[in-house]
Amino acid sequence: MSADAHHLSGHGQDTHDPHAHSEGGHGTVKGYVTGFVLSVILTVIPFWLVMGNVLDNSLVTTLVILALGGVQMVVHVVYFLHMSTKSEGGWTFMALIFTITLVAIMLSGSVWVMYHLNHNMMPMDAHDVMNNAR
Amino acid sequence: MMHAETAPPGAAAPVFYQTDEEGHHSEGSTMLGFWLYLMSDCLIFATLFATYGVLGRSYAAGPTPKDLFDLSGIAVNTAMLLFSSITYGFAMLEMDRDRIKQTQIWLAVTGLFGVAFVFLEIREFVHLFHEGAPPWRSAFLSSFYTLVATHGLHVSVGILWLVILLVQLRKHGLIVENKRRLMCLSMFWHFLDLIWIGVFTVVYLMGVLE
Repeated sequence: MSADAHHLSGHGQDTHDPHAHSEGGHGTVKGYVTGFVLSVILTVIPFWLVMGNVLDNSLVTTLVILALGGVQMVVHVVYFLHMSTKSEGGWTFMALIFTITLVAIMLSGSVWVMYHLNHNMMPMDAHDVMNNAR
Repeated sequence: MMHAETAPPGAAAPVFYQTDEEGHHSEGSTMLGFWLYLMSDCLIFATLFATYGVLGRSYAAGPTPKDLFDLSGIAVNTAMLLFSSITYGFAMLEMDRDRIKQTQIWLAVTGLFGVAFVFLEIREFVHLFHEGAPPWRSAFLSSFYTLVATHGLHVSVGILWLVILLVQLRKHGLIVENKRRLMCLSMFWHFLDLIWIGVFTVVYLMGVLE
């Protein structure tokens, strides 16, 4: 990957210090521009969807912008953070997977539990009182 | 492996030498260590996102995201961070080529985009205060300010770090240590852009949508 990188950006001469370039590479012009263009596209679409009220269904819009956000995060990790399954002998990837697992449990668990708590424990507001009175 | 290290009976106590030079090994482990720091920072943001996810609809009869947020302003903010990401990338490429002048210029451009981002965010907060939406108005606003300001604070610290590294570059040039520091800041900076994707999607876009 590193060797390719230097050819693409046209500066293969500085190979005097192999360690500086051995791991994690600092990317290429092509890589950064690709990441940037993809990010712009993946940012413009959700803003357009919401600001232009393109889809009538707000649930569908929510799911679409969440998915696009997720894809853009992956783009950043790959093209800007130069993350791969092999960098640092796979340890950064393991840490990433572990973190994603924790984050997923934490986010979904919190929202789920607290939603049900609100649902079951919320004191009745005027609207509920009226419904019950009927 | 094991028997090669076992000394024959009667031999003198083995002497161990540290064969690795400091500079060589530390780059890899520094990067791994810094990545682990970023992952723990990620957990901080995850808790704040979870808090916002739970409280983000509790308006206490106060203003809602729809009343408050100006999406075109947020789009400009997003553009600032995105531009700063690619300019930092260019700085790293120039660093690879050992061209200090260009590295410094791209870093300075990155810093300016970062300053623009923080400036716009502070202006937004001031505007919200004037609109009658301070953090103590509702649970939604408390969790909103906590999440967004934590991100803004990270960006501010990143700018401070960037300025310090520019001074270091000026004093010592593109030495191995400075390259390593620049790589750490690079990861930090791109990571903050990544968190911002979550912020503008979950807080601003979904807030206005609802």
